[in-house]
Amino acid sequence: MADGPLTWKNFIGGFVVDKPGNAAEYQTGGWRSQKPVWDNTKCIKCGVCYIYCPEPCIRQTAEGYFESDLFYCKGCGICARECWTNAIKMVQEEEV
Amino acid sequence: MEKFSIYAPRLINPEENIAPGHRACIGCGEVLAVRYALKAMGPNVIAANATGCMEIISSCLPTTSWKIPWIHVLFENASAVISGVEAARKALTRKGKVPPGRVYCLAMGGDGATSDIGLQSLSGALERGHDFTYICFDNEAYMNTGVQRSSSTPYGASTTTAPPGKVSIGQWSQKKNMAAIAAAHNIPYVATACSSYPFDLMAKVKKAAEVKGPAYVHVLSVCPTGWRHGTDTTIQMGRLAVESGVFPLYEVENGKYKLTFDFPKLRPVKPYLKLQGRFRHLKDEEIEKIQKQVDKEWLKLKSLVAMSMEKKPVAVPAAIESKGQGAGSKGQKAKSKAKKAKPARRPGKKPKKVSRRGKK
Amino acid sequence: MSHRTGLEVSHAAAEAVKLAHVDVVAAYPITPNTHVPERIAEMVANGELDAEFIPVESEHSAMSACVGSSATGARTFTATSGQGLELMHEVLTVASSMRLPIVLSLANRALSSPLSVWGDHSDVMAIRDCGWIQVFAENGQQTFDLLLWAFRVGEDPRVSFPVIVNFDGFHVTHVIEPVFIADQEEVDRYLPPFKPNAVLDPRRPVTMGAYGPPFIYSETKKAQDFALHKSKEVMLQGFAEFEKIFGRKYNFVETYKAEGAKVLLMVIGSFAETAMDLVDKLREKGEAVGLVRIRLWRPFPQEELRQAVRGAETLIVLDRAMCFGTLAPVVSEIKAALYPEEKRPKIVSFVGGLGGRDIRLEEFEYMVRRGSELAQKGQEEIYETIGIR
Repeated sequence: MADGPLTWKNFIGGFVVDKPGNAAEYQTGGWRSQKPVWDNTKCIKCGVCYIYCPEPCIRQTAEGYFESDLFYCKGCGICARECWTNAIKMVQEEEV
Repeated sequence: MEKFSIYAPRLINPEENIAPGHRACIGCGEVLAVRYALKAMGPNVIAANATGCMEIISSCLPTTSWKIPWIHVLFENASAVISGVEAARKALTRKGKVPPGRVYCLAMGGDGATSDIGLQSLSGALERGHDFTYICFDNEAYMNTGVQRSSSTPYGASTTTAPPGKVSIGQWSQKKNMAAIAAAHNIPYVATACSSYPFDLMAKVKKAAEVKGPAYVHVLSVCPTGWRHGTDTTIQMGRLAVESGVFPLYEVENGKYKLTFDFPKLRPVKPYLKLQGRFRHLKDEEIEKIQKQVDKEWLKLKSLVAMSMEKKPVAVPAAIESKGQGAGSKGQKAKSKAKKAKPARRPGKKPKKVSRRGKK
Repeated sequence: MSHRTGLEVSHAAAEAVKLAHVDVVAAYPITPNTHVPERIAEMVANGELDAEFIPVESEHSAMSACVGSSATGARTFTATSGQGLELMHEVLTVASSMRLPIVLSLANRALSSPLSVWGDHSDVMAIRDCGWIQVFAENGQQTFDLLLWAFRVGEDPRVSFPVIVNFDGFHVTHVIEPVFIADQEEVDRYLPPFKPNAVLDPRRPVTMGAYGPPFIYSETKKAQDFALHKSKEVMLQGFAEFEKIFGRKYNFVETYKAEGAKVLLMVIGSFAETAMDLVDKLREKGEAVGLVRIRLWRPFPQEELRQAVRGAETLIVLDRAMCFGTLAPVVSEIKAALYPEEKRPKIVSFVGGLGGRDIRLEEFEYMVRRGSELAQKGQEEIYETIGIR
């Protein structure tokens, strides 16, 4: 697929998408009504939240804690439910 | 619960080959399973995806969530497409048109694409022995089109095309056993896995990829949208399915069954069913019926496992002779068969008679 | 140098595929095409052809495997007929939209029901708008030649479309004919290696077959149609180069003794050979009758057809298929193509040769007589089925 504005001329050679993973431009964070908040005093840095994230949008910080990329986080709450030490809470978007 | 080291997450392949920004529903267990499968496969893979949830959430032109070479063609033909990919790689490698070395071939589809519309093409590809892995991401109905029943929908579940009503309990048939159908092709590797058991899933997919020839992995992929439960309980639901024996995890390696988790006592199915909206209409007697069926299937699986563990080799029966005819050619056949069968025969049985007849 | 040899046309087709160094062939048995994949399977089994032969479990899977193979960068071939093509139908649109230059030899066969394994053009006419390049061969030599041409043109990065080479079931497929079989050096000169624009390869991951929401679908389709029309330039180059190397000349529309003809017959497929005999006969008698043969069916050569029939008073079009409820397929295209012409011939439509029924010389002569008569009476809206009882 040719670059440039999306006119039909971009597709003359076909519509193969040659930018792997470029759907990451798409924001899914807007679907969210709740977001996860970490209490790092309880966090044991095990990474269960990271493992079970379906997006995946949970990443490890330089200090070894975890955080959610809210650009993508849809607020499913799996991380909070699965956290072994209850270090993650789901809070309403508006509350913060 | 899967027993993994508390710090195991640090050990897994950090590579994400499905990018965030995909349009899967909130709390989707299927995309989670895909994520694990791709971690297990690594970058050296070509994937063919059937039409369905995973295709539609990941490939909206002009974008893609996939970081591996990926092709979607139609609903029912992922196995045929991957057959072509595999054959092409073979020919091109042999002719020196691509660098030598093995590239994993992966076909994937939902339960509809696998056990309904794509069953024929899957069977064909398994039978022909292509070197590929097929993963069925089974969320137990046609979720992408709005929760219609498939042959993989469990008994009693409510779907839009098998709704419960005054004279129906919803899904009236038992879930099709796809793993058994795959195993019946005598392929080297078949396994079941679940999105709630990431390390087990990854290990099985890795094994499936590495095995030479066809491999089949059937993954129960929890779907909060279609099963109607909280988006945060996706992992819990998969655990309940496995621990209650509704969806047992096992492997069939070269025909031998092995349970992944053997529970001395299964959890009752009721808590699993009660947490899901699709089973909400079921009365106690129907739940009891499901419980009985689950127990029966569990015992059946256990006996297959027991048979596989049997140390004593099962004797190959002696060639049966054709009776009452003097046809020389048939007699010859019996003779050669008897000779071939000889080493496998149990000592003590009398092969002499066969040989004598063969001499006629 | 080419050598001339007598062989079954299906086997000549297999020879072309072998000379093209095909990488992957996926096919399912169906009469009357079966001899092509059978011969190829034999070549692979004997080590004469270094290719993968996939004996798939259906035509749907045949075309699906071809899509997978072509997308991986392999030169890919399949062959089918009638119902087989219809079972492929769903995949055919995908192959063309995804711009995968698969070559398909289509032994034309009637469609059920009633079941008929014999030839007519119902199969290809039912898929004519699937976006494939489609050409018709009338005999063994043309089948051989057009298959080589199909690989060259389809795989050209400026084209990148799949190609169907039609040849009539039984009337061509099962006939033993003398055919010039090109030698390897000539074919290699004509047909460069397949170098696709994008392939499935872990070294450079791409996504093929993404879906098109309403804001983008029309753009992909407009581009596809544009590209298909534009591929005609490369097709002509393919013909010109073919003539240079092999000495045989082809064109989108070919005429036979059409100069100064008042009455023109128009035929698609192998019946052109019988029609030529009739034209010879009538020309000998001094009648101004000629023949137009359609070689390229998709993209439809509108302008070339207008030129070919210019000056004729009556155009008699023979179709080997029906479009139930409307005009037969070829004649409806012709009428559409000639509509903008200020002076156009009267067009008379005949349907014949269905389900393997032969059309003999006398019947062609009847068509010319009856067609001229209907045209004179201004009754060209009527169509007749040749030889109907």
